Amino acid sequence: MIRVVFAEWRKLRRPTLLLGTLGAVTFFSGLVSSLLFLLIDSPQGNGDRGIKITREMLALPQGATQAFSSVGTLLGVIALCVFASQTAQEYTYGTLRNLLLRQPGRVKLLAGKLISMKLFAILMTLVSAIVAIGLSYILAGTKDVSTALWFSADGWHAIAQTLLNVFISILGFGIIGMTLGILLRSPISSISIGVLWLLIIENIIGAVKPSTLDYLPGSQLSTIASGGTVDVSYSHALGMGSIYVGVGAIVATILFWRRDVAN
Amino acid sequence: MSNLAISVTDLSKKYETGFAVSHANFQVPLGSVCGFVGPNGAGKTTTIRMLLGLISPTGGTGEILGTSINEPEKYLPRVGAMIEGPAFYPALSGAENLRVLATLGGFPLERVDELLEKVGLGARGKSKYKTYSLGMKQRLGIAASLLPNPQLLILDEPTNGLDPEGIQEVRALLRSLADNGTTVFVSSHLLSELEIISDHLVMLRKGDVVFAGPIQDLLAQQQPYILVQGTNPGDLEKIIEIAIADGHTGTIRAGVAHIEGPSEWAGVLNKKAFEAGITLTQLSPQLPNLEETFFEMTGDKK
Repeated sequence: MIRVVFAEWRKLRRPTLLLGTLGAVTFFSGLVSSLLFLLIDSPQGNGDRGIKITREMLALPQGATQAFSSVGTLLGVIALCVFASQTAQEYTYGTLRNLLLRQPGRVKLLAGKLISMKLFAILMTLVSAIVAIGLSYILAGTKDVSTALWFSADGWHAIAQTLLNVFISILGFGIIGMTLGILLRSPISSISIGVLWLLIIENIIGAVKPSTLDYLPGSQLSTIASGGTVDVSYSHALGMGSIYVGVGAIVATILFWRRDVAN
Repeated sequence: MSNLAISVTDLSKKYETGFAVSHANFQVPLGSVCGFVGPNGAGKTTTIRMLLGLISPTGGTGEILGTSINEPEKYLPRVGAMIEGPAFYPALSGAENLRVLATLGGFPLERVDELLEKVGLGARGKSKYKTYSLGMKQRLGIAASLLPNPQLLILDEPTNGLDPEGIQEVRALLRSLADNGTTVFVSSHLLSELEIISDHLVMLRKGDVVFAGPIQDLLAQQQPYILVQGTNPGDLEKIIEIAIADGHTGTIRAGVAHIEGPSEWAGVLNKKAFEAGITLTQLSPQLPNLEETFFEMTGDKK
């Protein structure tokens, strides 16, 4: 399986994809961090859906990771697009047949692909963490936010915890993207449907009936990234998210394993 | 160990619309070059995909290099293949595309440059695949199929998009691989090419195998014929009458009489035509070639 991981990495490391993705990660991480601090005095709020995150809240040990955890959903959408396109393109280019000739073990091939994309997700998470925390530290100085507790033992614990949560969230979004890629066998369709659902449909459903946010997949994965919200607990989101991702992964694996490769 | 590279028994693939391949039976000896022919939609690619474990048969069995086709992981490391044209990542270079496959298959990366040279892409290995011409893509596909240094090479239309020089190079390459012991199973629409390089043939028609065996056996089954023309168009009817009177059959196609009969009868025909006052302008005995045999057997007259 290690050969699959290395072979996949050859595709993932190509400059357009790697630098393009990390560029998007840097942009969104910078944007969310900037808005959090630059709008700190705005009466409309400086957090997601108008939530106000005060100086006092940002001065807590978790303050360093506030922006980083908030960017989780956007990172997840990026991961969904990358995982979906990398999986579905094998069907549209017809390259899956070449891969299966050299690695006929289909489950091994799929698992190797997932591992290499996990490595990609780790890289995305680390870059986002460095940009978001670094920029937060710089902007905190300009907005009179105390950073004294950010790098205390509790602060480092919060950073480690958020890194893990954001990684789990990105991985969940990515696996959903991979599942869509296998189901739909087209990068455009899988990305469109995934993004449309996560960024538009879930928000509309959530606005019409807020209680559904306790059960919608994108909402669970975003909640994991932020370590839990007032409305949805971390453990509930982790449980629900695992069910969605697990079911998707099982369906995708069975389809990939059993389906004829006729293109 | 069996001396067969490919052996299939009653191999079938049935879809809701009907059989794509129906109870196919054929064998390909080790070390041979075997042509695989049939009209479009005859089931060639479906058969190849079943042999390579890409689609599951709905019936029958098969063996590749002595191993059941249900265990592709056991024989594919010794098999090279290009199915339905080349397929690679457009944003990667030709060399990087081959490295992806070499890494995946556990083959030495040094083989990539060696193979690019072998197929004439040495100078363009670093160019992105999307900039390649159809012929270059085809060459890259052939290079990919040679990565495992295969015992069995399965190629689906390898000369598509190649210029005459490229076709000649591929022909020479396949022949040299066969001379070194590689079994080559190649489908192509260029029947004249197959006739030159193949020693065996499998012919499919609408999912059925209509012939499988040495190519000479197939051609020997076909009637030789004589092409005849006279100075006057009306002479052709008389020539046919002479042939029928002598126990032969004949038809007129495109202003030429086609008389079924052995080459040695041409002298008799010439004499009888002269006696009937016909001056012949063409009298040429012909042996059936693969193309004519193909059209006859698959029912697709040119």
